[in-house]
Amino acid sequence: MHTSTLLILVLAFMSLAYYVGRKRAISTAGGVTRINTLHSLPVYYGLYAALWAGLPALLLMGLWAGFQDDILVALVKSELPATMLDGLSPGAASLLVNDIKNLASGAIVSRTPTPEMQLAADRYNLYNQFAVWAMWLAVSALALGGMAFAWLRTQPKMRARNRVESIFMAILVIFSSIAILTTLGIVLSVLFESMRFFQEVSPLEFFFGTLWSPQTALRADQIGASGAFGAVPLFTGTLMVSAIAMFVAVPIGLMSAIYLSEYAPRKVRAWAKPTLEVLAGVPTVVYGFFAALTVAPFIRELGMSMGLNVASESALAAGLVMGIMIIPFVSSLSEDVINAVPQAMRDGSYALGATQSETIRRVIIPAALPGIVGGILLAVSRAIGETMIVVMAAGLAANLTANPLESVTTVTVQIVTLLTGDQEFDSAKTMAAFALGLTLFVVTLTLNVIALHIVRKYREQYE
Amino acid sequence: MNKTPAAGAPPKRAIDIVNASLKRRYARERRFRFIGLSAVILGLSFVGLLFADIIAKGHSAFVQTYIQLPVHFEAAVLDPDGSRNPEVLARANYQQLIRDALRTEFPGVTDRRETRTLYSMISVGAPTQLRDRVLANPDLIGTTQDVWLLADDDIDMLVKGHIDRGLPENQRRVKDQAVGWVEQLEAQGRIAKRFNTIFFTNGTSREPELAGIAGALMGSFYTLILTLLFAFPIGVGAAIYLEEFAPKNRWTDLIEVNINNLAAVPSIVFGLLGLAVFISVFGVPRSTPLVAALVLTLMTLPTIIIASRAALKSVPPSIREAALGVGASPLQTQIHHVLPLAMPGMLTGTIIGMAQALGETAPLLMIGMIAFIVEIPSGFTSPSTVLPVQIFLWADSPERAFVERTSAAIMVLLAFLILMNLTAVLLRRRFERRW
Amino acid sequence: MSTTLDEMTVRTRATTSAELASGRESRETVGDVTSANPRMVCRHVDVFYGSTQAIKDVSLDIGKNEVVSMIGPSGCGKSTFLRCLNRMNDTIDGCRVTGSITLDGLDIYDKGLDPVPLRAQVGMVFQKPNPFPKSIYENVAYGPRILGLTNSKAELDDIIEGSLRKAGLWNEVKDRLDKPGTGLSGGQQQRLCIARTIAVSPEVILMDEPCSALDPIATAIIEELIDELRSNYSIAIVTHSMQQAARVSQRTAYFHLGDLIEVGETNQIFTNPKHKLTEDYITGRFG
Repeated sequence: MHTSTLLILVLAFMSLAYYVGRKRAISTAGGVTRINTLHSLPVYYGLYAALWAGLPALLLMGLWAGFQDDILVALVKSELPATMLDGLSPGAASLLVNDIKNLASGAIVSRTPTPEMQLAADRYNLYNQFAVWAMWLAVSALALGGMAFAWLRTQPKMRARNRVESIFMAILVIFSSIAILTTLGIVLSVLFESMRFFQEVSPLEFFFGTLWSPQTALRADQIGASGAFGAVPLFTGTLMVSAIAMFVAVPIGLMSAIYLSEYAPRKVRAWAKPTLEVLAGVPTVVYGFFAALTVAPFIRELGMSMGLNVASESALAAGLVMGIMIIPFVSSLSEDVINAVPQAMRDGSYALGATQSETIRRVIIPAALPGIVGGILLAVSRAIGETMIVVMAAGLAANLTANPLESVTTVTVQIVTLLTGDQEFDSAKTMAAFALGLTLFVVTLTLNVIALHIVRKYREQYE
Repeated sequence: MNKTPAAGAPPKRAIDIVNASLKRRYARERRFRFIGLSAVILGLSFVGLLFADIIAKGHSAFVQTYIQLPVHFEAAVLDPDGSRNPEVLARANYQQLIRDALRTEFPGVTDRRETRTLYSMISVGAPTQLRDRVLANPDLIGTTQDVWLLADDDIDMLVKGHIDRGLPENQRRVKDQAVGWVEQLEAQGRIAKRFNTIFFTNGTSREPELAGIAGALMGSFYTLILTLLFAFPIGVGAAIYLEEFAPKNRWTDLIEVNINNLAAVPSIVFGLLGLAVFISVFGVPRSTPLVAALVLTLMTLPTIIIASRAALKSVPPSIREAALGVGASPLQTQIHHVLPLAMPGMLTGTIIGMAQALGETAPLLMIGMIAFIVEIPSGFTSPSTVLPVQIFLWADSPERAFVERTSAAIMVLLAFLILMNLTAVLLRRRFERRW
Repeated sequence: MSTTLDEMTVRTRATTSAELASGRESRETVGDVTSANPRMVCRHVDVFYGSTQAIKDVSLDIGKNEVVSMIGPSGCGKSTFLRCLNRMNDTIDGCRVTGSITLDGLDIYDKGLDPVPLRAQVGMVFQKPNPFPKSIYENVAYGPRILGLTNSKAELDDIIEGSLRKAGLWNEVKDRLDKPGTGLSGGQQQRLCIARTIAVSPEVILMDEPCSALDPIATAIIEELIDELRSNYSIAIVTHSMQQAARVSQRTAYFHLGDLIEVGETNQIFTNPKHKLTEDYITGRFG
């Protein structure tokens, strides 16, 4: 009685409806020879019937699957002896419900089950079984009903194609709105939790405080017992790692773009460009591994041999590797904008007796500058939002430092740490992650909007 | 011909001035060119370095050390009542057999600490290995067989040379005594490295020699299948609507700007969305391919939509006009004529999006894919992890043996990614059409 | 400047449409290709793009203080030929030039010769005005700066003022030298490009349909300018407009499918063409 079995059943109903609808259309028209009296091709009558059979049933199924558990839990809870829920916080109550559910499914329970709990669990199982049966019945009935409805409606004059097409069009509109919904979902989810965070911690402390120690202490006498949420060290850490990355990526990326688009023989370009772009396809977790296990120890050794004290998780290592990751990003964006500079500019410069490098430095780069700046901004936004490299190679300690050899932490690292450890959901600690997420989202979004605007303006200039 | 009568200076032809400075200008030209070339070489050497480093670290994980010992399948231990009952056989103390075999092999070891060291040479997974043999063939009981037993990860590292035998004893994980035993066994030809099937058939484990990527691979497989099922129709549908049907108004402009921006939103933010919306609000179970696929779908959609729109754009309007001209409806025109022509481009974009999804880690950490899951997932809603997250988890493990396994897992991941990207490139080449 | 009309033997050949197809031998040029006081001398120039031949055995002189115009239907190779004169074709992949072209007796396609200083001597103005995305001042200063023609700001200012004056643009832009050159009107932009070319003191100026993107008034101004520039420079101009060729040039060369068909005094070409193809073209039978 699995839900996916029901899904397959509905699909079967749909194909049946397609077949029946098609047959019905042909027979109402008066046989295969007279199908030209139909408004649409028989296929559309079939699709029409299939959609009637499938869509309402699927919709019901989705709603049912979404709400069934909530309703069941409410039912079971209402039947629990009132004494059991008295004085329980919402968290403890949900824990109790969880235990009942675990008991019902035979999983491990966090406490010794009382007879009441056992009873509730049995009830839960019973209701659940009943609900599943009811869903099967309701969904199948709806599918058959839809099919019957379509069967009745099918007659030669019905504009089946138009109806089917308008449904498809509606689906396309819904699909294209998902992008908006995603953005909305991101904004709402981070905003909602952040608001709650800012009720507990003042925004002033968050944006300007210099002490970051989100661990809520186990004992009252521990340092930072209440947790300190001054995010400035995170911001400076993020900026430092990103700056190091850009320091690596911009010169190498830009210069290789220039070399590949202006100097390299076609053959060299044909294999050097895709090889360089391999760097863009390597997953970030691989870079993280490379940074943590190869680059960081190497830098440490190098620093030690020069008598420098290098942290084993230095900002330098993370930044360097992040820079490597961003090289192809910078180079392909730069190449695009360099290629967009009209040949006429180059011709004009060569015709004055300029060498190639003079043309590039004095004409092409200035002409392409807005586009390059846009590309670099996009790269910065990517560096700020990059997670895995810093999680694996930068530290956890929120140091407020300007020394790249020390360990720093970043916004993304803290989001991951706050949300992956043992967590209680409503604590300031987890909500802080959402406040950091909000900051990250706003900053990268601003950078992206500006960058995309610059790049678009630049394109228009030469179109 | 002279137009620059500098005061006091005799008139000079411009070309002479030009020629005079030419050498200096060419030096600058060469310098600039050299910098460009160095940038390319530096970039390429990073690619080389990255791959060389991973391969150098990981290649040895594809073999695993085994130790051959004569194991006496003692009937008294395995099957005291002689019933050959599989349940009894399954529960028997196989570790006893291995310990006995080790003690017989090295009779000089009596001290308790030394005995423990001796026992720890064989993996804790070896008893299971023996059990499976006995269950498959109960006739072994009572006989003595030469069995290749899985070695412990420290011994594995020692045999593979990752532990330097020249180091002082206190800096080594494997002490002199154990090294002596290993050398003795090596001399007898009783240590062998064989292809590491465990790596490809097991789920993860705390013991490096028992850890494999099968669980993570299956998790990635289920996640990717679902992502493809969600993202491809939605992406293509959205692209068709936006490119072909959408009126040019504020709403579609907004969608367009939105898609471009979503493509550049940090992936971790999608993880926050998944946690707050899919898990907390909709109650999608944590740590499952389903929730991972939902998050990855939203993440890869912009890529697919942008690529699909580009593919639709490249279909010339004349084809649409021709179809509409013979009386096809706009939707029929799309489905019969435009889509087939744009499909290779759309597929290319989708494959690239899927490659992105396969390599993505950060958002999945937020939605519980980070859990330690030993079983190999069996469906879209069973708890699982994915390959990149497995790599992240292993990279965090302190054991030396996990370093090589992490690298090997990376090699497997990269192999899949290269395969996908090659397919995309070939697809593009094969169907590239100039109108 | 007069050119002795030393009639060359004309190999009279019927020109059928089949003959127009490529793959035939080059045609011999009618009229005198030489100039009394030549600055650039081209002999037997062939140009290939990959395996297709764009220019076939063309010989032509460009004299001191004269304007030579090159006319012909689209794709006849006149622009290609022009671009050979300062080796701008070098920037095109797969382009090959044979034959000899000399500037003041020096072979410009000599292996040892460097195209960079050559282009400082043989300037070029393009079909579409292509000012750099810099200020008006910087546009003109670009050449002198990179070539190191001046040592002081004052000298540079002089050059810029002189060049803009010669290009007839000074009065229009003297108050806004720091404004971007791309903000000027099309005709002004083209004159800015001419000023930019003059600023490096070239000896020959090549103009590739300099007025094709301009309106009639701007065209008239540029044509007047070309006539004035003749006193200091040798000018070769490619044009689509026969009237323009008649107005600005002393000698005219008619190109057809990569061949140089006829060369002569401009008057003679337009009033009394010797070759059938030239006559057909200037009387408007094709082209």
